[in-house]
Amino acid sequence: MSFDYGDFSFASKEEMLEKSREFWNPGKTDFWVETGVPLVIDRREDYFIYDMSGKRLLDVHLNGGTYNLGHRNAEVASAVASAMSHFDIGNHHFPAVTRTALAEALVRSAPEGLTKVIYGSGGGEAIDIALKTARHTTKRRAIVSIVKAYHGHTGLAVGTGDERFSKLFLSDRPDEFRQVPFNDLPAMEQALAGREVAAVIMETIPATYGFPLPAAGYLESVKRLCEQTGTLYIADEVQTGLMRTGELWGITKHGINPDILVTGKGLSGGMYPISAVLVAEHAAGWLTEDGFGHISTFGGAELGCVAALKALEVCNRQETRSMVHYISDLIGRGLREIQADFPDWFVGIRQNGVVMGLEFAHPQGAKYVMRHLYENGVWAIFSTLDPRVLQYKPGILLRPELCEELLDRTEVAVRKAWAEVRSSGRGGRHGERGAA
Amino acid sequence: MSAETYDLPPLEATGVPRARQMLERARWASRAFASYDRASVMRIVEAVTRVAEDRAEHYAEWAVRETGFGVVADKVVKNRLCSRGILDAYRDHDYVTHRVDEKQKIVEVPRPAGVVLALTPSTNPVSTLYFKVILSLMTRNAVVVSPHPFAKESCADAARVLAEAAVAAGAPDGVVQVVEEPSIPLIDALMTDERTDVILATGGVGVVRAAYSSGNPAIGVGPGNVPVLVDATADLPRAAAKLVASKAFDNSVLCTNESVLIVEESVADRFLREMSRNGAHVLDDAERDRVRDTLFPEGRFDTGLVGKDAAAIAAKAGVRVAPRTRILVAPFDLAVDEEPLAHEKLCPVLGVTRVPSAHRGIRTAAAVLRIGGAGHSAVIHSKDPRTVMDYAVAVNVLRVAVNEGGSTGSAGFNTGLAPSMTIGTGFAGRSSLGENLQPKHLVNLARIAYSSDVAERFPDFGAMAPWSAPETAVPAYPVASNLDPGSGSARPSLTTVPEDGTSELREELRRLIIEELNTLIRG
Repeated sequence: MSFDYGDFSFASKEEMLEKSREFWNPGKTDFWVETGVPLVIDRREDYFIYDMSGKRLLDVHLNGGTYNLGHRNAEVASAVASAMSHFDIGNHHFPAVTRTALAEALVRSAPEGLTKVIYGSGGGEAIDIALKTARHTTKRRAIVSIVKAYHGHTGLAVGTGDERFSKLFLSDRPDEFRQVPFNDLPAMEQALAGREVAAVIMETIPATYGFPLPAAGYLESVKRLCEQTGTLYIADEVQTGLMRTGELWGITKHGINPDILVTGKGLSGGMYPISAVLVAEHAAGWLTEDGFGHISTFGGAELGCVAALKALEVCNRQETRSMVHYISDLIGRGLREIQADFPDWFVGIRQNGVVMGLEFAHPQGAKYVMRHLYENGVWAIFSTLDPRVLQYKPGILLRPELCEELLDRTEVAVRKAWAEVRSSGRGGRHGERGAA
Repeated sequence: MSAETYDLPPLEATGVPRARQMLERARWASRAFASYDRASVMRIVEAVTRVAEDRAEHYAEWAVRETGFGVVADKVVKNRLCSRGILDAYRDHDYVTHRVDEKQKIVEVPRPAGVVLALTPSTNPVSTLYFKVILSLMTRNAVVVSPHPFAKESCADAARVLAEAAVAAGAPDGVVQVVEEPSIPLIDALMTDERTDVILATGGVGVVRAAYSSGNPAIGVGPGNVPVLVDATADLPRAAAKLVASKAFDNSVLCTNESVLIVEESVADRFLREMSRNGAHVLDDAERDRVRDTLFPEGRFDTGLVGKDAAAIAAKAGVRVAPRTRILVAPFDLAVDEEPLAHEKLCPVLGVTRVPSAHRGIRTAAAVLRIGGAGHSAVIHSKDPRTVMDYAVAVNVLRVAVNEGGSTGSAGFNTGLAPSMTIGTGFAGRSSLGENLQPKHLVNLARIAYSSDVAERFPDFGAMAPWSAPETAVPAYPVASNLDPGSGSARPSLTTVPEDGTSELREELRRLIIEELNTLIRG
C-alpha cells in the first residue's frame, strides 16, 4: 500500500510516521501514537476525516471549530478556487477590495459598537493585535485573563495562558499578565480595582479548559467592572463565534457589546488562514494615528478574505441558525440519555449550542473516552487543561442521520471507556501532557 | 491505497447552495413534525388556514397585479376554497393517528413523506401555494415552495406569512419555506437533490417532465383540454349559465376550464342564445378568424393572452363586443390537430362545434382528447345516464363533471371529487397520480401485520399514542445548560476553581453575588 500524492509519496504509514519524527516534530508525533490515536489525516470531506489506513472518523473536534462548516466545504472551496483566477495574497500595504468587503461584512454582523477590522493570519496574531490595541487605547500595560486560559502561542498571547507554554520559552511575564479564576467575580474585582489594567481577555466559554460555562451574570458583571475601571473587554470568540452557540457571536447571548472581539479558526472555513479583530471606534485610535502600527504580510491575505466572506455568509444564514438549534437540541437530548445510563461516570454535560464539554469522573477520563471514540469512528479531543473533560464540538451543518450516528458511536465509546476505567482502577495510564 | 485526486467542487449558480440548505433545514423540521400528535397538527392547520383565509383578497389582488393573469374576485374565491375549503373538506380526516384493522390483524401507522418540494404555477399562484402548504401541514410534512418566477413576490410573501402562523401555533421552525429568487438552475437543483422526498409539480409540461426526470418521487400532472358535451336532454338554461360562469371564472386559467363545446345540432341555436344571455359573445366567421389569428399567431398560442379578459382579447382582435361580455365563443367544424381552436386555451375563448347526435358528440370529444389533455377532465350536460356512461368510457379522461361547470367541478369544489388544485392525469397523462391530489397522497403507511395463525392473538393497539404534543418551541432555543432548568438532572458544575484555602470564602461570595444578579435580572 503506497501513498502517492503527486509531488511526494510515502511507501507506508509507518514510513511517514518515521519521517515525521525525523524531520518534523518527534514529541507530537510520538504523543498521538502513545495515546492510542495514531491519526494521520489523509482524505477529508464533509464532517469526515480518514486516517492513512483508510479508517473513517466523524470529526467533532473540528480543530477548535476550524471545520465548523465541514471539511472542504463546497461553497468555500469553490469561492477560493474561483478567486484564484483573479487574486493572490495581495499586498498588505495597500487598501484592497477583498479586505474592505470582508471588513464591512464583519462589522455588519458584529455586536453593536464594533466599527473597525484589523486582520491577522492566525488566532495568536489576532490576540496580540487585540492586546496591543488595548494597551494603545488605555496607555496601560497589564492584561487580566483567566486561570487556565488559552489564547494562542504568539508573543503576547502566550502570556495570557497557562505557564506550561510561556515558561518553556522563558516568555512568562507575571508583572504584565495576571490571572484570576474563572467565574470568580471578587477576584476579578480585585484585579481591576487598581485601574491599571488595559484589558480583560476572556473566551466566552473557555475551550481548552473544557468549556466551563460562565455562571449566570458573570460575564455581564465582568463587563460592568471593566466599564467602571476604564478597562477594555476583549471577547475571544474564536471558538464560540460563527454560530456555534446558536447565535453568530456567543457574546451577544449575554447582551454584551465588547470593546474588542477576536475571531479566527472557522472564519475561513478551514480553507485559508485568516483571523480578524473587530474593535470599537474608541479603541481604534492607532489605525488613524499610525495605520502601519501593526504589519503582517499574510494578515488579511486576499484569498483568505474571499474564503471568510463566504464562510461568514454561510454561518449567518437563517437556515444555518435554525439547523444549529436543531442539532444542539438533538445532541443535547441524546447525550443526556447516555448520561442517565452512566450517572457515576458521565457526570456532566456543559453545553451552549454545539459548544460542548463532557465531564467524566476520572482525572484523565476524557482521554479514555477519546480513545474509545477513536476506535469507534469518532474524533473528539480531551481538554488539555482539564483532561476530565472531553471537548465535543459537532459541526453546524450536520444532517440528522449523522447526529444520530454520532450519538450511537458515543454511547458505545462511553460504555467501553467506563468498563476500562473500572477494570483498571482509578489513576489513569496517561500522562498530564497533551495537545492544545 | 493511493491518495485520490480531488475534483474541484462545482461552482453552483447564485442562490443554489442556500436553496439546498433550505432542504436540509426542512429535513430537520419534518423529522420533528413527524412526531406531532393530531391535536397539535390540527391546531397548526387551523391557524395557517385562518391567516390564509384572512388574506385571500390581499393575495388575490397582489397575484393579479404581479402576473397580469385572471380576475381578482375569482382569485379571492379560489384562495378561500384552497384555505377554508380544504380544511373543511378534510377536517374529519385523520392522517396522523394509527388505524387498527382487527379483522386483518393489521395496524397502519402514518409515515409522512418528509420534505415536499411544491412548485406553484403563475396562473393560480397563491391558491396553489395555500393548497400545497395546507396539505403538507395536515400530513406532518415540511414544504419548500418554489413559485413561478412571474408570481414570486406574492408567493414569497404568502409563504412567509403562513410559515410564521405555523410556527406561532407550535410547528417546527422551517416547516414552511420559500425560494425567493427562483431560477431554472435553482429549481433543477432542488428537484434533483436527494433531500427532496416528493415533488408536487403543477405548471407547464416542461416542469412536470423535469420533475419526473429528477430521480426523486414526483407527483406531476399533465395539461388539460376539456371537452363539454351538451346533448338534447340537457337543461339548457342551467347548462348555459354553468358553462359561461365556468369559462369566465378567473379568465379560464384553471386547467379544468372548458376548452371546446360540443353541442347537439337540434338544440345548438337555443343553447347558444342561452349562452349569449349569460354574457357569451358568439363570433361570426370573420370575427372567429381574427380571434384565431390573434390567439394563435403562426399557429402557436400567444402566452401573453393567458388569463386576459374577453374584452381585451376581442379588442386585440378588432372585434366589437357588448360591454359585459364574459367569454368569446368561436365556431369550428372539425376537431383535429391543425385546428388551433381545438387546443387548450387558457383564456375565455371557447371553441364550439355542432354534432348531429350525442353519439357523434362523444366521438368528437374523444377527438379533442387526442389533440391534448389525455387523462385530465371532461364535462357533460345531459339527463341521460347512458350517454354519460358512454361519454366516460369513450373519452380519455379520469373525471367527468356532470351538469356542473368544469373549472370548479372537476377541481372538486362543487362536486363530490376531492377538492384540489392538482388534477392527476394518470397513465394516459403521464402522471403517477390518477386522482385529484389530496392529503393521503403525502403519507405512507407503515403496516404492522400479525401472523394469520388463529393462535396468534392480536393485541389492543387502539389506546396507544405513539405521537405527542411538542413541549417547547421546536427546536428549543440553545440556552446554556447551566442556566437551563430543563436540561437534565446531572448538572454541570458551575465552576472549576482550583482548590485552595480561600475557595470556601469565594464560593460563599460567589453565591451571594449570583443571587443578587439573578434578582436584578428577574427585575
